[in-house]
Amino acid sequence: MFHWLEKNPFLFSVGVFIVIAFAGLVEILPNFAEASRPIKGLKPYTVLQLAGKEVYKKDNCIACHSQLIRPFKSETDRYGKYSLSGEYAYDRPFLWGSKRTGPDLHRVGNYRTPDWHANHMWNPKSVVPDSIMPAYKHQFKNVADLATAYAEAVTVKKVFNTPYGDEIQPGKAAFEKYYKTIALPEAMKIAKAMKNKDVLAMVQQGKIPEVVALVAYLERLK
Amino acid sequence: MQSSAALEYDYSVAKLYMWTAVIFGIVGMTIGVLIASQLAFPELNYLFGEYGTFSRLRPLHTNVVIYGFTVSGIFATFYYSAQRVLKVSMGESKLLNGLGYLQFILYLIAATGMVISELMGITASKEYAQMEWPLDVLIVVIWVLWGVIMFGLIGMRREKALYISMWYYIACFLGVAMLYLFNNMEVPTIFFSGGVGAWYHSVSMYAGTNDALVQWWWGHNAVAFVFTVPIIAIIYYFLPKESGQAVYSYKLSLLSFWGLMFVYLWAGGHHLLWSTVPDWMQTMGSVFSVVLILPSWGSAINMLLTMKGEWNQLTENPLIKFMVLASTFYMLSTLEGPIQAVKSVNAIAHFTDWIPGHVHDGVLGWVAFMIFAALMHMATRAFKREIYSKSLLEAQFWIQTTGVVLYFTSMWIAGITQGMMWRAVDEYGNLMYSFIDTVSVLHPYYTIRAIGGLLYLIGMFMFAYNFLMTATAGRKLEQEPQFRSPMA
Repeated sequence: MFHWLEKNPFLFSVGVFIVIAFAGLVEILPNFAEASRPIKGLKPYTVLQLAGKEVYKKDNCIACHSQLIRPFKSETDRYGKYSLSGEYAYDRPFLWGSKRTGPDLHRVGNYRTPDWHANHMWNPKSVVPDSIMPAYKHQFKNVADLATAYAEAVTVKKVFNTPYGDEIQPGKAAFEKYYKTIALPEAMKIAKAMKNKDVLAMVQQGKIPEVVALVAYLERLK
Repeated sequence: MQSSAALEYDYSVAKLYMWTAVIFGIVGMTIGVLIASQLAFPELNYLFGEYGTFSRLRPLHTNVVIYGFTVSGIFATFYYSAQRVLKVSMGESKLLNGLGYLQFILYLIAATGMVISELMGITASKEYAQMEWPLDVLIVVIWVLWGVIMFGLIGMRREKALYISMWYYIACFLGVAMLYLFNNMEVPTIFFSGGVGAWYHSVSMYAGTNDALVQWWWGHNAVAFVFTVPIIAIIYYFLPKESGQAVYSYKLSLLSFWGLMFVYLWAGGHHLLWSTVPDWMQTMGSVFSVVLILPSWGSAINMLLTMKGEWNQLTENPLIKFMVLASTFYMLSTLEGPIQAVKSVNAIAHFTDWIPGHVHDGVLGWVAFMIFAALMHMATRAFKREIYSKSLLEAQFWIQTTGVVLYFTSMWIAGITQGMMWRAVDEYGNLMYSFIDTVSVLHPYYTIRAIGGLLYLIGMFMFAYNFLMTATAGRKLEQEPQFRSPMA
């Protein structure tokens, strides 16, 4: 029946490729532009928040936490309003996750405070006695990589027209200026709200620990 | 065909990949047992400081078993069986054989880079596509080399018609190439930042919902083109070869192949049910997932019927046991998947442990069992030695089968329990359980799962020992066995 095709590897491969490529075109392309639009009033992440997102990726919170509230009453009761496509417009990559070993975090900023997070990341059992989440004490010592986060902001501004202001410019001098005038004060606010002496001391020395960036990011999730 | 008697096949590259399959199998499954135990006993998170938490190790587990163990198994079987079904030896072309070695070396470099970067937390964070852009570039090179070797061998072939296994290897090559490229489209930040930040960091070309769509178009089809398509290639070669039976139906294999190719790609949407992707796409994902039962069961039934009239081999030959149970698990898994893809079931199943349960009855029962059987079959030919111990293989089979059953049954119960508790309401319509209640209740199931995984790992060690002894101390064979692999 198809013996002729099996003797023509080239035609065979072309056939296979067309058959498998077809679905992607139909499913992904038609909605692509529409799904890229942000909801009204959505601001891009600050560099500190982006650095927090990198901590979220580095310690791979996505392994156990989702950021997607499904449109069921049981979920909106537990986590808040169901998620909208436009809320994710600046999420590169998306961090929906696929497993909830822990609760959803898409609106965690609405019902947790920086000092709760500080206690929780240091020792989850101190606030949730039965928690099986590991403690992330190293986040209190490791310094957050603001430079890479800044580089990401510069890149998305240039490549994808993400609406950042003039404060985001390429180059080391621009970064250092941003770090001192914008990132550090923002981190200081978070550090004070975390009510942790060591963290505050570190920020006062001009170093931002990973946990401060992470909390800035989590606070943003609303 | 007629010249095949004179042909001396060159297994040198195949052998290298056989060893890496065994080594990565041990590494990946050991990490798997560790992280499974961490969920039951959280103190185990602190064995290696920052590098030993569940979250950091979980992608390492998935990547090592997928890209280490499984992909090594795929390459090993390809370098072994492609020569044989095409009736051409790797040794006939110095160039292709050299490229094979090069591909292996690059593969080792990429795998090492993958392990180190993921331990350090350098990740693009997309599931099964965590590697950052420098490694992605390397993987593209490895993949292209594989394509060159594959089509080089095809160009030199003496057997004009491509055997069924070759269809699937070609599809694996094309499918992964397309999906991997598009999903890993990313912009390295160092090119735009004026020297600020880490050189290896990149940002995804897609954002939010689009990124999710592309990712699960990849994520789902990585399962298709790594865990299904090449494994079908393996069973279509090794089951008939080991049993000495002809494939039951050519037409059925034709139908299953083209059916699978067409339908599989549509089903990716079932990972995004009830999310923010458009409704029609979700429904397409659901519907095509159900249709997917047809080609999947087509292949599995074709393989089972190949044993028609020879079922006695099931009791006599452990390799046949592995392969027959593998196709049975394939049927189970491809029935379970579509059930989970029904929107109402998915509302309960999604985000729960039923999903890893489903994955593992597929990968432990189907993928790994096929790779074990193929590795042993190849060992007798590549090393020209008898299998070291039949009884060890038998014991491995039963221990691992018990392990898989414990694994997926406990995860079924855990998943459905948790899914139901998340949505349970009291008589006034208030949620009945806080989230932590739904975690604590899982402890016994997490423990059973860890035990199941441990049994499977023990079997993996038995296999590794058996394989090592076969390669080094098995009784020497005068010539390649034709069908059934001899074993002591």
